[in-house]
Amino acid sequence: MSSKDLEKRRVTGPDGEQFDVDPMQDYFCQERPKEHEPANRIWESFLNWARAESLWILGYGTGCGAIEMRPLMTPRFDAYRYGIQWRPTPRQSNVLVIGGYLSVKTLKRVIRSYEQMQGPKYVVALGSCTINGGMYWDSYNTINRLDKYLPVDIYITGCMPRPESLLAGFEALKKLIREGKGEGQNLYARNFDEYKANQKKIIRDWDMPDYNW
Amino acid sequence: MKALIERLEKKFRVTDPVMQRADETFFTVDKADAVALITHLREREGFTHLSFLTAVDWLEDGKFQLTYLLNNNAMKADVGVRVFLDRERPVMESVHHLWKQAATYQRELKEMFGIDFPGSPRIDEPFILEGWHDIPPYRRDFDTKKYSEETYFPRPGRTTHDPADYMKQKLYPEE
Amino acid sequence: MADISKYRDFFPPKNPDGTNIIDLESHKFVKIWQGPQHPGITGNMSLELIIQGDEVMECKTHVGYLHRGFEKLMERRKFIQCFPLVCRIAVPEPDFNEYCFAATVEELAGIEIPEAAVWMRTLILEMSRLTSFLMHLGGQSGAFGLGVVAQWTNYVRDLMLDRFEEISGGRIYRMHMPPGGVRGLTPDGFDARMEETLRTIEDVMKDVDTTLFNNAVFKRRSVGLGYIDPAWVDLYGITGPNARAAGVPKDVRKDYPYLKYPELDFDVITAKDSDIYTRTDLRRREILLSIDLIRQILAKMPKTGEYMAKMPNVLHWRIPKGETYIRSECTRGEYGFYTVTDGSGYPRRVNVRGPSYTHAVALMERMAIDCNIADTAGLMLSLHTYPPEIER
Repeated sequence: MSSKDLEKRRVTGPDGEQFDVDPMQDYFCQERPKEHEPANRIWESFLNWARAESLWILGYGTGCGAIEMRPLMTPRFDAYRYGIQWRPTPRQSNVLVIGGYLSVKTLKRVIRSYEQMQGPKYVVALGSCTINGGMYWDSYNTINRLDKYLPVDIYITGCMPRPESLLAGFEALKKLIREGKGEGQNLYARNFDEYKANQKKIIRDWDMPDYNW
Repeated sequence: MKALIERLEKKFRVTDPVMQRADETFFTVDKADAVALITHLREREGFTHLSFLTAVDWLEDGKFQLTYLLNNNAMKADVGVRVFLDRERPVMESVHHLWKQAATYQRELKEMFGIDFPGSPRIDEPFILEGWHDIPPYRRDFDTKKYSEETYFPRPGRTTHDPADYMKQKLYPEE
Repeated sequence: MADISKYRDFFPPKNPDGTNIIDLESHKFVKIWQGPQHPGITGNMSLELIIQGDEVMECKTHVGYLHRGFEKLMERRKFIQCFPLVCRIAVPEPDFNEYCFAATVEELAGIEIPEAAVWMRTLILEMSRLTSFLMHLGGQSGAFGLGVVAQWTNYVRDLMLDRFEEISGGRIYRMHMPPGGVRGLTPDGFDARMEETLRTIEDVMKDVDTTLFNNAVFKRRSVGLGYIDPAWVDLYGITGPNARAAGVPKDVRKDYPYLKYPELDFDVITAKDSDIYTRTDLRRREILLSIDLIRQILAKMPKTGEYMAKMPNVLHWRIPKGETYIRSECTRGEYGFYTVTDGSGYPRRVNVRGPSYTHAVALMERMAIDCNIADTAGLMLSLHTYPPEIER
């Protein structure tokens, strides 16, 4: 998308009628994300149980970690038996798996995907690259710490993490959610300005609204 | 291969040939002759496949080296054509009319080294980077470690064990 | 209600050279992005498509989502420190990076590697090819809506990864070929377990043959789609199976024999009329060839012996000034490393020539034109591209 497409302009429709378009106002929501207070305790623990048993992963292979997703989807490891499945669109998923290193260009798309996802949503970060940069700690194009840009619920270490450790990681995430500690989304809403400032520091051509779900 | 170099030396300003292997030769050609030589190699000598086009930064000499690696599949031979450009004003003629993929290589060189190829399609569009504000990153005077430390947030507590020290202790303790 | 009857017989005008005239403001075209977050794209890249109706009018490939700056990072690492880094350039098939890097460095430094190490490298490269082809075959059938083949081939791919683990301990990144040799030879009883795995793969390939290559839907959708003209092969820099399917017998293993390939008995596989079906079928035959080659290698290779050359102190390892290019035949085509040294302990410049570079950008932008939007995912996959080797 070039920045020209985002400018306010007057467009002629197919029938010759003229109308104003302001893409930043018309196509996106400008509202800030809100924190969600838990409902009463019993109901919330039931909800948490339900959330934990239906982890729907966004099928976005952001880095090399995506290569171990295939074995997870297929009969050898078969994550589907744990209630984990992959969805093609952010609207249907609630787990974002960051597969390793993130270049700045991908980070921009990841932020958009994350903000389009329905709450409650969780971020799983794979590999040492998301923790401290890993192999690419001195690279000019990959971030060093994911938790500065997105709230990370759980890290799975390794380069790359084996399918067994991914399964163990998802089990740990389920445990967190059941205990009501999967609070990444609320953390993001609470520290929204800080996250946005960090994101804007490295994404120089910020041509999207601050919150675009 | 030798005969080929001799034939080329008669027509173009070819210097410094190095026979790296029996089937691979590198030589330098004058910048003005470069595209003519490459066209000649492609049309008359059967070097029809452009393996890659890349640049090397010789910061000390103030020069960029372009390397065109051409491949002749009938003769089973490669030639690497070196072209030296001035580092201050790196401009080179484009070869996108000979090979379609050359335009992509030239876009990458424009972005990563700042070497301009006027007339090449979509040469000014960003190829890999997005919103890049610094000097082209593959240049030798760009310090990637410094840039990374300033821009991204290095995690405190990370101690960088210099592998050289570690290897010295573990592998070569007597030196 | 808008009067749309005047658009019904609209046929897009073309430029004299056959390219499409595109005017986005005319409301007859829609610009959509396929990727980077899209299940029908190979990895993390995107296609910017301008469509009219169902037809693609213009395609632009956008890469760079996986750029890590390898070529820059390697310039500030010693030669031996580059070794764990290079395999991460192309994820599904890392061994070709290790081999090409090690081979360029060995050539420039004048190191001869022992016989057993040469055989071991041949074995690993061929196993790597088999593994990568299996993964691709699943993706290709999945793109045309046949997910079950992906389930089977990914399962047998996992068995191959187990064999890799036996050799090197690594599942995805094997890191088994440092400059100077290999890190070890095959363990005890490896041949028997490998033979069992190969038999399983052969059984699965029979099923794949029945299910995929005789499937009416797959045939209907793939025959005739995505034709590559033999004249394009040099013009677009096409190598590997994509070129061989067009009838051009380009195979680095035969043309520029490296490692122990001259001692193995095989023919270059070619086909005619490079459409998606032919290319997929060619890759199926490549899988069977790889199985055959692995058997040949295991029968001929020495099981014991020296596998690491005498290396200088790698801390003070300086390589004299020089430059070289070494290529090898990976599953997508010609994979090569161009290494320049300047006499110091660090490489001056390393350039990776990935075959996807030409396939995914120049060729894909040409082939997608006038293709149905539903077929772009299958078309993209049939070129067998891996984005990480385009942008490194």
